[in-house]
Amino acid sequence: MPDLLEIVLKLALVAAVFAVLPLLVGQAEHKVMAHMQGRLGPMYAGGFHGWAQLVADGVKFAQKEDVVPAAADRRIFKLAPGVALVPYLLVLLVIPVGPDGMVVLDLGLGLFFALAVMGIGVIGAIMAGWASANKYSLLGGMRVAAQLLSYELPMVFAAASVAMAAGTLSLSGIVEEWRWYWLPWQAVGLVVFFVAGLAELRRPPFDMPIADSEIILGPYTEYGGLRFALFLLAEYAGIVVLAALTAVLYLGGWKGPFLDAELGWLWLLLKVFALAFIVIWLRVSFPRMREDQLQRLAWAWLVPLALAQLALTGVMRVVSA
Amino acid sequence: MTGHDVVFLLLGAIAVGAGVLCVTTKQIVHAALWLVVSFGGLAGGYLVLTAEFVAWVQVLIYVGAVVVLLLFGIMLTRAPIGRDPALDSGNRWVALGVALATAALLVTVVIMGFGHAYKEIEPGGGSADTLGAAVFRTWVLPFEVLSVLLLAALVGAIVLSRSDIGEKDD
Repeated sequence: MPDLLEIVLKLALVAAVFAVLPLLVGQAEHKVMAHMQGRLGPMYAGGFHGWAQLVADGVKFAQKEDVVPAAADRRIFKLAPGVALVPYLLVLLVIPVGPDGMVVLDLGLGLFFALAVMGIGVIGAIMAGWASANKYSLLGGMRVAAQLLSYELPMVFAAASVAMAAGTLSLSGIVEEWRWYWLPWQAVGLVVFFVAGLAELRRPPFDMPIADSEIILGPYTEYGGLRFALFLLAEYAGIVVLAALTAVLYLGGWKGPFLDAELGWLWLLLKVFALAFIVIWLRVSFPRMREDQLQRLAWAWLVPLALAQLALTGVMRVVSA
Repeated sequence: MTGHDVVFLLLGAIAVGAGVLCVTTKQIVHAALWLVVSFGGLAGGYLVLTAEFVAWVQVLIYVGAVVVLLLFGIMLTRAPIGRDPALDSGNRWVALGVALATAALLVTVVIMGFGHAYKEIEPGGGSADTLGAAVFRTWVLPFEVLSVLLLAALVGAIVLSRSDIGEKDD
């Protein structure tokens, strides 16, 4: 059965990507941040420029004792890291890496699927915040929820603008329709989507919910060992997924200057790493935003900008039709 | 019974079971999380019936937004860990009676109305294209009327949340 073999092969590839890319982004964060701050970063593990640092970290995490606080809600506390991680794995299934069905699951509603499933990941952090029986964690969990509620709206609006421009909700279809002039046309949507995505991932400068210097990592305060590692993995997998989605929606996905069909996956990978680099760059350059500034940015800037982008897309579609 | 029927029944059992646990659990946050499972089962049911768009909207709006809002509200007021006997209302037997009566009424109406109206499930029958064409061609007037209702609700929310308009308390 060649079909079954193909599916198994694709799933294995996605699992491999899910295991490797977040680690690469994590290692890149160590090194890029270090060099931007005039340091060297990890240099010893593995020999060559500390390439095995995160592998060593993983081994360390796996050896630690699995601690659950006495007052915690045990079941929810243990379930939360899984709920935070699995949605990002599911989103990878619908990311097209090349033309003609080079995607694990070619859903007609791929865009909706991706946005819906990404929203579930946040529930993991809220569960962790509540179940830890820690006031810092509870505060962090509430900030996570408030942040998701504000930033989900501009994110969906910006994505809807792309769907309108392409005339389809399928991620493969959107890449097929993509032309170079989408770059200026959807530029505002690109910025809104990327910023809202960063906020949904709680990456700096939107890391108020986990602010280490005031609420001590918020929802993750009580976590250690493997479960904490899963949360870290979810954060880096989230960066990969956000970069891949942004590349597919706004930057032409697998399209490149030449050899689209053969090298599509390489173009997408390059775009993903370029965007991941920007994510890291933003972390190094911007101070953390205060909670009221976060909410103001979402409601006073991103939502109106996304609505303006929607109007622009609609007008252009009607005029050019 | 085809494979579809079996999966549909299982998903229905998950949705109903999670719903029962949602109202019987003594921990308020667990109730919200069981609601997530129930909504997930419902979305799966939509998927089996090829209503893909409705299924993903169910996940995006109800799981991604409504439950998060519920959890936020619960955590903002009181969310003790462990059992809370105060969660049991004295009205629970009356509520059970009302729920059973409503369910009986709905099931009877559906079976009497559509009990023998079988319809073949076609792939793509609930895709965004078909749904969009139906909503914006055939049913555009009800759709627009609904939007006026939503607008009224929005205006109401603004009026309620603003303390600087309306009569003064003094």
